[in-house]
Parts: sequence; C-alpha cells; structure tokens
Amino acid sequence: MSHNIYIYILLAALVSYLLRMVPVTLFKKPIRNRFVRSFLYYVPYVTLSVMTFPAILHATGSAAAGALALAVGAVLSFATGSLPLVASACCVVALLAQLIL
Amino acid sequence: MKQKNRRQVFLEGVRDGMPICFGYFAVSFSLGIAARNAGLSPFQGFLMSILNNASAGQYALITTIAADATYAEAIIITLVANARYLLMSTAMSQRFRPDEKLGHRLLVSYDITDELFGIAIARPGYIDPFYSYGAFSVALPGWAFGTAFGIVMGNLLPAMIVRSLSVALYGMFLAIIIPPAKKNKVVGALVLISFACSYGAGLMPYLKDLSEGSRTILLTVIIASAAALLFPHEEEEGAESAKWEVEA
Repeated sequence: MSHNIYIYILLAALVSYLLRMVPVTLFKKPIRNRFVRSFLYYVPYVTLSVMTFPAILHATGSAAAGALALAVGAVLSFATGSLPLVASACCVVALLAQLIL
Repeated sequence: MKQKNRRQVFLEGVRDGMPICFGYFAVSFSLGIAARNAGLSPFQGFLMSILNNASAGQYALITTIAADATYAEAIIITLVANARYLLMSTAMSQRFRPDEKLGHRLLVSYDITDELFGIAIARPGYIDPFYSYGAFSVALPGWAFGTAFGIVMGNLLPAMIVRSLSVALYGMFLAIIIPPAKKNKVVGALVLISFACSYGAGLMPYLKDLSEGSRTILLTVIIASAAALLFPHEEEEGAESAKWEVEA
C-alpha cells in the first residue's frame, strides 16, 4: 500500500459533499440544458449496472452462485422493488448455492 | 411556540428516518465486508461512511483503495458514482425557502441520499431543515455503525457467510436500477447494454488492463452520453415543479 487510506477517504468525502452542497447553495434556477439533464438522469443506472456485472459473478468465488443471486435479485426487483428484501434474498440464494453446488 | 414547532418537525424526521436507519444498517454492513477485504479498519470504515453517506460511491471508493489506484482516480470515480446527488441537490435547491439561511443549506445538503432526499422532497411546501436533521440523526449513525460492524463481524463470521453477505450490495444496486426499467424502456435497455459492455470491456485487450474504476468511469461517460444524445429524457420535472409551486 503506497497510498494512505485516510487521504482516499477525505478526498472522496470532499467530492461527495461538494456535489451535494454546490447546487443547493448556488442554484436558484433549474438546469435547462436537455443534454445535461438527460446525462445526469442516465448516469446512476449505467454506473450501477457496470459495477454490478460481471462483479457479482466474482463476489462469492462461485460464478454459478453469483449468477443465481443475480437472476433472483433481478426478478424480485422487478416484482417487488423492495430493497431490503432483494438484498437479503440475494444473500440467501448465494449461500444456498454455495452449499449445494 | 416556534421552538416547539421545530421540535415536533424534528421528531417527525426521526420517525420517518427509523426505517431508513434499519435499511442503511443492513446495506452498510455488507459494505463493511467489502471494506474489510480492501484492508480498512473498523474506524476507517466508520469514518468513510459518516463522511460520504453514499453506497455506490463508497463501494467504488473501496475498489479504488483495494487496487491501490491513484488519488486522482479516487476523485473521478467518486464524482461519477455520486453524480446523481448533483441532480437531487439541484431539485432540492428549488424547494428551499428563498431566504433560507446559508447555514441550513450547508447542513441539509450534507446528507442528500436517494432515501433522505426522497422523504424530504415528498413533504409539501418548503424544505424544513429540522425535519431533515431529525432523519439524519438516526440514518447517519445507522449507516456509519453498520459499516464498522460489518468490518468487525467480517473477521468473526465463517468465510462462506461473509462471501454470501457481500452479494447484498449487488442486490441493493439491482433494487435501484430494475424498478425504473419497468416504466422506462430506455433505462431497461441501458441496464442490459451496460452489463454487456462491462463484461466485454473486462475481456478486451487494452481495456482489460485498466483498473475496474477507470473502466466504470469510461463506460459510464460513453454510454450515458450516447443515451442522452439519442434519447433525451423528458422528465415530468416540469409538472412536478409546477405542483411544488402550487403547494408552496
């Protein structure tokens, strides 16, 4: 480790706070630019998708367990949209898959 | 009288913040397990969570720390993973009392998250800072202690359990990205395209040598820009802000 964990944390904290604080303190008018608005709208979905797959396949050391958790998580998200339910179901599926497979 | 009103509003915030606190604890517990794998101590995990309050952003930061990447990359990945807060903060800026004190603006913006933004913006009229402070007072500790607890327990629990719990985070991401895909076809297609591109980029020569964080940044900027150009998103934002004005 050549980098200091505290510096990582402080830099990230600073960036996170600025993102939240600047618009609330400065903007009195909404952003009108359609491209910027659309870009900001799509960013979270793309980022979270990219971070989820294929990372979930490597999370447990068993690609099959990860794939099953992904499938169950996707179906449950579609059906219920309940965050705690989906998160815990994924864990249970991953655990069972590791025990059985 | 005014003092009592503030107190009541604060307590309403505490009440509405409780379920968020429990949900945060569970999710940040699994974040703690990821943080432990990256070599963070329980105190460092606590500090990271109480200062960042961002699930995806912190997860991205943890992978950056684990890869021992540059500080610049940590800054950019945090910027990208948390870009949505810029949008929420902008939406919130429209709902403050025009003469609201700067101090309240600085404090309320500290913990703009998907959930806390959601409950604050769902209330009619102007943003009441004391409602947000009430919700923060339970949600923030839930989030920060959950991470520290995950790092501690990650050392005690059997390896298979820990590996299974680490999947919770991805479950949470799915619960955020899939439901909107039901209503919006573009979002649904983007999720699938992002999965495919992320998988492909991990195999492609040159791209696969980039760190995970750099690949996330690159893919996000390319895919989200293309989507914004090809399918400009028409929000019901106009309708919503009109509604706010009426209620305010």
